[in-house]
Amino acid sequence: MSALIFSLFIFVLACFIGFELISKVPPTLHTPLMSGANAISGITIVGALIVAGSVGGQLAQWIGFVAIVFATINVVGGFMVTDRMLEMFKKKEDDK
Amino acid sequence: MSQFLPESILTWLPDTIQLLYLVATAYFIRGLKLLNSPQTARKGNMYAAVGMLIGVVVTLFDQHIVSFEYIIAGVLLGGLIGAVAAKKVAMTSMPELVAIFNGFGGGASALVAWGELSRTADVTGIDPTGLVTTGLSIFIGALTFTGSFIAFGKLKGFISGNAITFPGLNIINIGSMVGVLVLIGFFTFDPTNTTIFWIILGISLLIGVTSVIPIGGADMPVVISLLNSYSGLAASMAGFVLGNNLLIVSGALVGAAGLILTQIMCKAMNRSLANVIFGSFGGDGASGGGGGADGDKTVRETSAEDLAIQVAYASKVVIVPGYGLAVAQAQHIVKEVATKLEAKGVQVKYGIHPVAGRMPGHMNVLLAEADVPYDLLYDMDQINPEFASTDVVLIIGANDVVNPMAKTSPGSPIYGMPILNVDEAKRTIVFKRSLSVGYAGIDNPLFYEEKNQMFFGDAKKSLQALNEALNEV
Repeated sequence: MSALIFSLFIFVLACFIGFELISKVPPTLHTPLMSGANAISGITIVGALIVAGSVGGQLAQWIGFVAIVFATINVVGGFMVTDRMLEMFKKKEDDK
Repeated sequence: MSQFLPESILTWLPDTIQLLYLVATAYFIRGLKLLNSPQTARKGNMYAAVGMLIGVVVTLFDQHIVSFEYIIAGVLLGGLIGAVAAKKVAMTSMPELVAIFNGFGGGASALVAWGELSRTADVTGIDPTGLVTTGLSIFIGALTFTGSFIAFGKLKGFISGNAITFPGLNIINIGSMVGVLVLIGFFTFDPTNTTIFWIILGISLLIGVTSVIPIGGADMPVVISLLNSYSGLAASMAGFVLGNNLLIVSGALVGAAGLILTQIMCKAMNRSLANVIFGSFGGDGASGGGGGADGDKTVRETSAEDLAIQVAYASKVVIVPGYGLAVAQAQHIVKEVATKLEAKGVQVKYGIHPVAGRMPGHMNVLLAEADVPYDLLYDMDQINPEFASTDVVLIIGANDVVNPMAKTSPGSPIYGMPILNVDEAKRTIVFKRSLSVGYAGIDNPLFYEEKNQMFFGDAKKSLQALNEALNEV
């Protein structure tokens, strides 16, 4: 099995897990879900770290640097703003 | 950081990194699962953040990483910008923020693929599948980047919310997409040809602009959801480029999430995805679709005092908020009115249409910010059976989502769109500045119904008047 096919297996299975997990999220939480998922998509920071930290020439490192800045904005901002939103969701009982 | 480790550990390092990536993946999945309920959602977000931290820290031990100047500078700068944006943003601006974060995520993935290409000394040594995924990663990442900025501009009002289009734009868009795919094919045969690379990057950036700019403001919830999906897909593609399973899985999870939300939004507007992308809907006042609500065109007005009596002696009141409520910054005063009614023994619920805000679930966040408990927020399918037993419905800043033409008038542009069946209630009150049309640009026969009363004026001022009048009842 080539590496590509192996990756494709993982990709397709992960898509199914994603559909299963998310189709049950209630509409009330759709905005936090989206911003939280958005933060997770910042996982590309892992790739950015490798590009910026390896010795592959000046250009690659600069590209990696910008990629890290972008991805970190996405990760840090995404998780923080999601937390800020979820903090506001309160049930009626502990209202008073 | 691998250079600081003893030789004996280094042989185990690659596998250990992969195993810890698996742990990070498990945290993401667990986190998304916990996002299924408001009680556990905050914990779920924490889980996902822990997964991310594991992924980042573990990667620092990757043997390819030898210098840290760029990494430290990049993380500090990005972290600072992200943290400030997350702290400062107003809840009404959440769609803009999510759009821009999406853009950065997509942009980062495109840059990762480009950087990986440029750090490879001999590009002819990369196998064809590696080159195809590099091309796709740059294509999806770049179009997510510019598309998100256009969406941001539209939401912020820098760019007209109307559908900006011209004949042939759709053909140009489809043509350029096919063109990019063909060029990626050429690129795999000749990866040394940098001209092809630049053209791929350029066209991809351009497609992001030209494919979002013709979409009207009312369709932005769909666009944001779709761009969210793309940003996940771009991360997945970058994972293919690097052969990194953590990226592939996480990206796929996000891609699926975005796609589900896109579907939900499309269904809520009764439009197909193709129709949203190519339809250029929602701008220049579509025609009213003839039949329907002609005839008796008189409206009945109500006053704060009169309304206060009606709601105070009702047994069940449903509040239907629309984006107009958020624009008027009237969420808090709605909550005050609701609290007063509850103190008088009135049952108060909120009925929320999926497209009530500017992104999926936006209205719920805005009401949560005003301390409305989430268990009083009902979505369309939950609240619709309850209208028949409702005494008074307060419709505040909403229009198209309660327009009965969606059910009765086949010629209407919103025909078939699922709506809140407020006309089944004993009395409806519409808070509105005037009788003007909604986003879809069509008249609303509900306004002229016998059991409907209009409360003209700014939503916030009207609610304040109602709130005061309630003291007298």
